[in-house]
Amino acid sequence: MTTDTLDRTFSALADPTRRAILARLATGEASVSVLAEPFEISLPAISKHLKVLERAGLIVRGREAQWRPARLEAGPLKEVAEWAEGYRRFWEETYERLDEYLEELKGRGKEKRNGRKR
Amino acid sequence: MGGSGNKLEVTTQGDTGIRMTRLFDAPRELVFEAHTSAEHMSKWWGPRKYEVISADYDFRPGGKWRIVHRGPDGEEYGFRGEFREIVPPERIAWTFEFEGAPGQIAVETLTFTEEGGKTRITAISDSGSKEARDAMLESGMEAGAAETYERLDEYLETLPART
Repeated sequence: MTTDTLDRTFSALADPTRRAILARLATGEASVSVLAEPFEISLPAISKHLKVLERAGLIVRGREAQWRPARLEAGPLKEVAEWAEGYRRFWEETYERLDEYLEELKGRGKEKRNGRKR
Repeated sequence: MGGSGNKLEVTTQGDTGIRMTRLFDAPRELVFEAHTSAEHMSKWWGPRKYEVISADYDFRPGGKWRIVHRGPDGEEYGFRGEFREIVPPERIAWTFEFEGAPGQIAVETLTFTEEGGKTRITAISDSGSKEARDAMLESGMEAGAAETYERLDEYLETLPART
């Protein structure tokens, strides 16, 4: 994967509307009007987002002129997802340990307070 | 998932960064304090099977830190960096470098915010340049060579979380 491709993937993912569109497409292909439903923005604005996603290689569009369903193309996303996934695994477990340690610290705080009372 | 049920969210940030956020069931002062000394960090930093065997932690702006942990295979991994900014109990910014990939230095900013009696940590890690980001992606890809599309599904579920 080249730097240019990654640039386009990152730029495409930087926008919340585009992330939501990708999440919707993960459940199956959809037309522009269906994709636009959850948003308070115009169809042309959605089309613009779809163009960005298409240029990034994250989606492909059908050829039918009237109804051009968009479909998720997972290749480039997968590589970014794997990177994020490694990061997630490290921090999920690390932060579970922090949860436990914070409980321990809370307990220690109580002991100290009780100790002072005596 | 941990016992607390507080979920970690991971998304990309800008062109070269990654952002994660999670809630903790503890007061902000305490969550912040857990980040302020070698003794504290040794107790929780890193995955469970990795034991912290040394921690230097000069917690002041300009101070250096270095943590080494040992994995189940006996292999040791070192991480190092420098504290850039410390604002108790709100913010810590430090640089982060894995000694196995020297020269790839990320700037991490941790923000601690109060949220309904809990504390939220938001961490933004910026690799700084597109080259560094690509190098990190490369090393991540090697580690995750056997990943499946299931992970992608999981990742996609997290994507609308920030909308």
